[in-house]
Amino acid sequence: MNDLLNNDLLRRMLFLPEQASTFAVSVDRLHYFVITTTMVASSVVGAAAVYFFFRFRRISATQTTPFVHPTVGFEVAVVSVPLAVFLLWFVIGFGDYAKLANPPPDAMDVYVMGKQWMWKFAYPDGPNSVGVLHVPANRPVRLLMTSRDVIHSFFIPAFRLKQDVLPNRYTETWFQATKPGRYQVLCAEYCGTQHSKMWATVIVLAPEAFDAWLKEQQRGLVARADILADPDMVSIQGNLVEQGKRVAMDQGCMRCHSINKAVNDTERHIGPTWVDLYQRPTKLTSGATIIADEAYLTESMMEPNIKIVSGYQPIMPSYQGKLSGPDAAAVVEYIKSLRSDSSELQPVKGPVYEQLRQ
Amino acid sequence: MSSSASSPSASALSAPAIVPGDYVFPEHHYLNNGTTVRSWLLTLDHKRIALLYMSVVMVSFLLGGIFAMVIRIELLTPGPTIIEALTYNRMFTLHGVVMIFLFMIPAIPAVFGNFFLPIMIGAKDVAFPRWNLVSFYLYFFGAILAVWGMVNGGTDTGWTFYTPYSTTTAQGVLPVLLGVFVIGFSSILTGLNFIVTIHTLRAPGITWFKLPLFIWAIYGTAIIQVLATPVIGLVALLLCAESAFGFGFFDPARGGDPVLFQHLFWFYSHPAVYIMVLPAMGVISETVAAYSRKNVFGYGMIAASSLGIAFVGFFAWGHHLFTSGQSAFDAGAFAVISMLVGVFTAIKVFNWVGTLYKGAIAFTAPFAYICGFLFFLVFGGMTGVALATVSLDIHWQDTYFVIAHFHFIMVGAVIMGFLAGLHYWFPKMFGRTYHEGWALVSAALIVLGFNATFIPQFLLGNAGMPRRYYEYPERFQALNVASTAGASLLAFGFVIIAIYLGFALFYGPVAGPNPWGSRGYEWMTPSPPPTENFDVTPSYVHPPHDYTDEAVDDPGFAHARTT
Repeated sequence: MNDLLNNDLLRRMLFLPEQASTFAVSVDRLHYFVITTTMVASSVVGAAAVYFFFRFRRISATQTTPFVHPTVGFEVAVVSVPLAVFLLWFVIGFGDYAKLANPPPDAMDVYVMGKQWMWKFAYPDGPNSVGVLHVPANRPVRLLMTSRDVIHSFFIPAFRLKQDVLPNRYTETWFQATKPGRYQVLCAEYCGTQHSKMWATVIVLAPEAFDAWLKEQQRGLVARADILADPDMVSIQGNLVEQGKRVAMDQGCMRCHSINKAVNDTERHIGPTWVDLYQRPTKLTSGATIIADEAYLTESMMEPNIKIVSGYQPIMPSYQGKLSGPDAAAVVEYIKSLRSDSSELQPVKGPVYEQLRQ
Repeated sequence: MSSSASSPSASALSAPAIVPGDYVFPEHHYLNNGTTVRSWLLTLDHKRIALLYMSVVMVSFLLGGIFAMVIRIELLTPGPTIIEALTYNRMFTLHGVVMIFLFMIPAIPAVFGNFFLPIMIGAKDVAFPRWNLVSFYLYFFGAILAVWGMVNGGTDTGWTFYTPYSTTTAQGVLPVLLGVFVIGFSSILTGLNFIVTIHTLRAPGITWFKLPLFIWAIYGTAIIQVLATPVIGLVALLLCAESAFGFGFFDPARGGDPVLFQHLFWFYSHPAVYIMVLPAMGVISETVAAYSRKNVFGYGMIAASSLGIAFVGFFAWGHHLFTSGQSAFDAGAFAVISMLVGVFTAIKVFNWVGTLYKGAIAFTAPFAYICGFLFFLVFGGMTGVALATVSLDIHWQDTYFVIAHFHFIMVGAVIMGFLAGLHYWFPKMFGRTYHEGWALVSAALIVLGFNATFIPQFLLGNAGMPRRYYEYPERFQALNVASTAGASLLAFGFVIIAIYLGFALFYGPVAGPNPWGSRGYEWMTPSPPPTENFDVTPSYVHPPHDYTDEAVDDPGFAHARTT
């Protein structure tokens, strides 16, 4: 039975594209089962009608016929048999759907943004790109998606994957690609005159090749500042601020550092305030004055007691190993966003990651 | 005149045993009771109003069909073929709006429902004849407003008007939405009128369980029309307010929620599918009994399932939003409820097939459409349940698979029902019969052409071609060409029907009161019926479609006898 359901012949007969994700394999298996049941049911109904037609042809225009009622058994059967078949489909299908709705916790995140009429991709700890998405094979990848204008729908036929992309809201889905190769991304929700050209490519790389590619991209980030400076990526980087705030809350940073102007004026916290910290000339206990740039902020998280701000005690624990690279970068972004001269978060422009080199 | 002699067994395969000259055309009937334009345009006769509807519905069908052919020709090549992208987007919008709001929703209820509902329950007219006329004019002016608006404003949103695209596009959407709003009132008035008529105007002897099944179907439809249509009116107004005055109901940039629009839109538009399909099912219940000369098997189950579909149809709308980001729990709940529609439909299918058992079946053009209907409904219905199987929908949503599925139901099943009804009731409505040979030829062309059009579209959906694509990757071309070829065949079939029915309207052989020997109640009166529907008050002793010995010998149903 399993062989039949994994049959490549059936896949070709149904014009399905190749199966390039784990989800594609399980969905196609259900597809074969459903289509087979449908064919059998249609044929049985059709055959019964044809048989009755030949068996009970009219022989006279005035022919009379008996008054026939269905039995209770028939009535029960016509309700319960279809219901049972449909519920069986549902149980199998809903199981797969529930899996799709719950990305595995170790999934790699990629931000996807749709806009009329292109797809943009950004990695939390790496490059971003327009129209080409690189992902590793055999590792779960979670897509966090939003739109800048109207509703789009991110559709990879070879992965049997589709998720609407909404403005001002994040939707997510995930997949695990199984075969290295190039696959087409289509927009499936009508979005205007160029809707049918809103395509992109997913390039699935073997895991080692992907790691090498990612490293290469991170090295080349500065050189690709033109793409990074694209203002359309602002909303995704803006989201990094949210992530940074969350990380800071989780790590308990606010027990010692304030993020509030009023508090800043009236009382002194255990650590220096984060408000207006970025780019502030800061006097250290060594007597030197430095500018609190990204490098300094990152260093202060990892090795806090090397450069102590004048007037404070060297008591902050190191976050080396506790904060991942992306999280540390997100916290830096969050600190950068805390300006007393602005009531709202300033969008962050330009590259933020090149300061992370240690 | 009803009992002219004809040899009883000369018609083993072609039921109408009519020899031209057997019958004379009635002298007074609803068609010649007043011949001025005014007597037609201001008529209160439900039969004439039905014909007014029919003329506009047919023009709408022609328009929608032309738009469909333009779309199919454009899709012959992967790149631009005959029109540009914006024109293409306007074409599928026109096609959808015209076919759904102007053709499909009024087609069976407003034409056959109006004409036959009073006759089938032994009434002289509907309960509110003036409302009936008002309802027609609301439909007529709403239709003109919508079509004018789309042509003039160039609406390019698709018939679904999804926000925020519809509130941000440069093309005009206001007139078409107002048109939909006005047509909605027509639908509500018709539904209310039918409900009141069925409750209050049944002739003595016609109890609820002796109602023809077409009436049960129309009753279920009317309930949906009355309860669901206000929601589309509301959505249309909200959308108008948003595009005209910048309210932020649905636009996230102004604090609205675009998915809310989808919920509201489908809260009407999903039940609307049953406004279209239920009456077609009613027609099939009537015709399958008439052409197999058998009582409808499982009458009670079919009647109950019509109400069942009308009821659960209200709670299934969320299956249009499986990929919109609704919760997994919602998706599961909507999926199971959607499947109940499939169960109710299956009940009907099994009972129709059961009706054939021990019947006396004549293979006529309407029977050919019944066969087509059964195939399209079973296959279209089961692919619908497959789409409700949530994980499969992830791949199929917004692809040609969905297009093929709903065309199987809405074109396949509904048009087969409409054509079966048109051929079955044509002699009653116009008093003349058509050429059976040509009718069978066009039925074969339409069923084949329909399959050739839409089976490739199922496969296109499997292959991953999204809907509303002006251009497409080259690998989809072969199936698109096949689909366009099938559509040409389908169009050709409709042209043949228009020719032989147009001819029969004036020159067809006189039909007589009951050319099919049917025992549906509407055949108890002359064809075409008099303005008051009956010359002699009929008595209703037997249930409809009772072909047992004593029922056929019942003198109260003299017209049903052909010997």
